[in-house]
Amino acid sequence: MYGNAYIDPNETPEILQGEDPVLLAEFEARIQAGEKIEPQDWMPREYRKQLIRMIEQHAHSEIIGALPEGTWITRAPGFRRKLALMAKVQDEVGHAQLLYSAAETLGKSREAMINDLITGKSKYSNVFNYPAITWADSAIIAWLIDAGAIVNQLANSKGSYGPYCRALERICYEESFHLKYGHDNVVHLATGTPKQRQMVQEALTRWWPPIMHFFGPSDKISVHSEILMRWKVKMASNDDMRQQYLDMYVPKIWDLDLVLPDPNLKKNKETGKWEFTEPDWEEFKRVINGNGPCNAERLAVRRMAEEKGRWVRRAILGDNAKYTVPLA
Amino acid sequence: MIESLDPRITRANIEADSAIDPLTPLDQFQTFEVFHQKKRGQQHVHVGIVHAPNPEMALLYAKEQYSRRGQTSNLWVVPTSCVTATEYFDDDIFSTTEEKIYRDPGTYKVIDRIKAYKERKAQTQS
Ligand SMILES: [Fe+2]
Ligand SMILES: [Fe+2]
Repeated sequence: MYGNAYIDPNETPEILQGEDPVLLAEFEARIQAGEKIEPQDWMPREYRKQLIRMIEQHAHSEIIGALPEGTWITRAPGFRRKLALMAKVQDEVGHAQLLYSAAETLGKSREAMINDLITGKSKYSNVFNYPAITWADSAIIAWLIDAGAIVNQLANSKGSYGPYCRALERICYEESFHLKYGHDNVVHLATGTPKQRQMVQEALTRWWPPIMHFFGPSDKISVHSEILMRWKVKMASNDDMRQQYLDMYVPKIWDLDLVLPDPNLKKNKETGKWEFTEPDWEEFKRVINGNGPCNAERLAVRRMAEEKGRWVRRAILGDNAKYTVPLA
Repeated sequence: MIESLDPRITRANIEADSAIDPLTPLDQFQTFEVFHQKKRGQQHVHVGIVHAPNPEMALLYAKEQYSRRGQTSNLWVVPTSCVTATEYFDDDIFSTTEEKIYRDPGTYKVIDRIKAYKERKAQTQS
């Protein structure tokens, strides 16, 4: 659940009730023709609602995602890595800004989104509720979590909502450095001393379950999910994205003789699909509902940042300020 | 008090269950549209927005947000409230452009006429 549409299995297909059939047909024809929807266009209520939820969660994930990696800025091994890590963390916060503004074009203010984040009402990617215990954890995050985000973001950048696609294009362009930087750090440790190898192996073992959770549980096939696919809000199923990810990255991990903590993980030659032990979805639910190792810390840090900066923002807010919605 | 792996967070002495008043409207300021020029001589291109209390700070944020990679030679910021735009539902006002073929250089064909003229001239001279 990094940016992929969350589909509530309890929501019924009555979502189209009351929509103007002519406008709906025009809207769907535009998407069918590969054209983008812009903020000023007519759109179904459900389209707006799902996009706000999805883009907002994605924005929160970027801003919270900066925290586990930020843990190691002060103690990064070497000045170049410190500069690179600072740049990466700044990029992620920038991604949050880009995504918040895309969501704002749909009618939810940035203030409202931040309020929903700090009160725990909105979700963000579950992986960031886990700690970066060592420097090697930050290397695994930069390589393998960012890799997952890129799979997701590349798929979503082909979606139908113009402002989200434009934000994602810029984001994907910046992400390529994150991936290279993370890979470089992991390779450095994996090809280093026995101690360094052990460090990166332990970090990988810790992060594998959250990585397997990353794309979310299998989607239930429903009318709802079919509509969101047709509207190009949801671009691929969670399972398809997980398969694509495993295809791209498991060989690169094994290439370094690192061990993944799942004896059942293998590619089935006949089906071409990866097989693995079903991730623990109870653990996933427990953590996403607020009971992970770092949920409380992540939100407390965000609250502190909002609160400590508040008087400054008030002091510089001009008298003539008027709320505006970004144009595009 | 939060004991973090990040020494900076531990030093900040944050209560784990601290509550704060919600953000009020305009806490995040108004928006500015940002235009980016890659190189001298090129057009400025719209790249997105920033939230800022005034144009000077908008430029500062625009630099942080939109010049992170590659080349930049110049940035503009314009308050979103100053932009007037056409409506998408009115976009048929642009649809007649293609019909105006007399604006298309490719529709002017003089070569045939010149050739015919030259042939006629050659005939009368022979
Ligand atoms: Fe990012
Ligand atoms: Fe990233």
